[in-house]
Amino acid sequence: MSETSHPEKRTRARASRFSPSAWLLYAFILFFISLIGGIFSTVLLSSFANTWFGGWLPDSFSTKWYVFAVEEFNLWRVLRVTLIVAVTVVALSLLVGVPAAYALARLNFRGKGLVFLVLLLPIMVPPITYGIPLATMLYEYGLAGNLSGVIIANLVPAFPFVVVIMVPFIEQIDPNLERSASMLGASRFRIFTRVLLPLAIPGVLAAGLLALVRTIAMFELTFLTAGASSQTLVVSLYYATFSAGIRPTQSINAMAVIYMAMTTSVLILALRFINPVQIVSRVRQ
Amino acid sequence: MNGTAGKLTKPALESPSVGAARRFRANWLAIVLLGPAVLLVLVLFIYPFIYGFQLSFDTESGGRFANYRNFFGDARERATIWNTFRLALPATLINLAVAIPLTYRMRRKVRGQRFITGLFVIPMTLGTVLIAQGMLSFFGPSGWFNKTLELLQITDDPMRLVHNRTGVIISLTIAEFPVVFLILLGFVSGIDPNLERAAQMLGAGGWQRFKRIMLPLMIPGIATAFALSFVATFAVFPSAVMVGQPAGETRVIALAAWQAAYERFDFGAASAIAIVMASIEVLVLVIVLGGRARFYRGPSSGGKG
Repeated sequence: MSETSHPEKRTRARASRFSPSAWLLYAFILFFISLIGGIFSTVLLSSFANTWFGGWLPDSFSTKWYVFAVEEFNLWRVLRVTLIVAVTVVALSLLVGVPAAYALARLNFRGKGLVFLVLLLPIMVPPITYGIPLATMLYEYGLAGNLSGVIIANLVPAFPFVVVIMVPFIEQIDPNLERSASMLGASRFRIFTRVLLPLAIPGVLAAGLLALVRTIAMFELTFLTAGASSQTLVVSLYYATFSAGIRPTQSINAMAVIYMAMTTSVLILALRFINPVQIVSRVRQ
Repeated sequence: MNGTAGKLTKPALESPSVGAARRFRANWLAIVLLGPAVLLVLVLFIYPFIYGFQLSFDTESGGRFANYRNFFGDARERATIWNTFRLALPATLINLAVAIPLTYRMRRKVRGQRFITGLFVIPMTLGTVLIAQGMLSFFGPSGWFNKTLELLQITDDPMRLVHNRTGVIISLTIAEFPVVFLILLGFVSGIDPNLERAAQMLGAGGWQRFKRIMLPLMIPGIATAFALSFVATFAVFPSAVMVGQPAGETRVIALAAWQAAYERFDFGAASAIAIVMASIEVLVLVIVLGGRARFYRGPSSGGKG
């Protein structure tokens, strides 16, 4: 590519690549990668380490801690619960969130700003803050301490998140397409299902995948509402770190690796459909 | 956000009755489409706060304000507010100090922009629990971080980077950096590059352009990033327990609320602490985001403005 580009352009590109500010940028990125990568690799190496006493690398490797973790932490049940919770929460969030996003993107009505603000609140207020009164209320009605409580609590931040992601996606779809369909006699419902939804599918997928990652990673709300048999992976991981004296660190790290693999693979899939800036920039209104 | 919808639902020429009918239908449709979402927020978000608010005044002895008096009267409980400030403020300021120059540099296209932003999002989805768990080994006395410092002969003895305040600040910095970075990047890339070019043509140097043109336009973004990051870090919970010193200097306000509810089963006291926590967060949001309005608020994006 650079061979064929304009010579003037090429020199400018080279100049910006070697300017001090660019060096600073790449130095910082390198530092950030080494921190995150270091944390990642330590956990990963430790999970495959037979033993690891203070050296740069483990003394020998094995996969026995995964077998151990599966039995010790009841991992199959935990994984099943995590998947059930995450999939149910995402399905319900899309069901509620996509029509709401359509209304906010396409309709004009009184109190729209207020509705948007109300939907933003569960995203802006940290989960532990509303989680404690929410969990208290759910326990009062007998809905917490089991799977339903975990699902209900996790819905609270998930569906507004879907709305916030979906609104700009729907806005960028050319309204002329809907107008043409309307002129050709399609009803609003038909326009929604036959014109808008197919065009919004990448957005729906991205929103769904991101909500999935966030639900799998949601510690606070699950922690506050889960019973012994309705813990998700991240909550089990939290409890496991306190048993470090009883159970080998390697087995806890094995669980962490499974958790990392789950969230990062869904995240990478999601990033194929969405620019990360869109995840947060909408919050500014 | 508006504009397109207006044109779609309100054609310019139509008789008043048809217009009214259409408006009615649009409102009706909005209620049907938005109803479930709004109802869910009201039932699962607003109502719990009202419920908790009532519960916090529902005391058996000591009068209506007993729960609040107990919290503010007990030095150990009261200290949790200060403990939390001393974690949230440094973490937020560090992130801003790093993210402002970084996003400023990235306002123009940088090689691998998409890769870089994708990279910075990772910690956000890993969550604080995993970061804290990984930190225990990585930043531990015989972890790679301390080993590298010793190798480079920066320190002789391993630094204590976990199980204290430093550990929690590190974990919050890593976990919140993506949010601060992405908010700022969204704002900076929305500023019309022509504004800067115009200043350059009029003879402004790099520093002057930053100080006089870009920084004032970035203030709303910085304020938003500060407010959201501070509020998020103020609610720190798992990492304060895992990589902090939960019995001492990192006994944060969320932990106090959790202990009241799940260790003492005193839900009134827990609700009171949660209400105090929420009030501080709302106060910060209102002050910072309200103060934001005092700065320049006009088109910075050109074209459509």
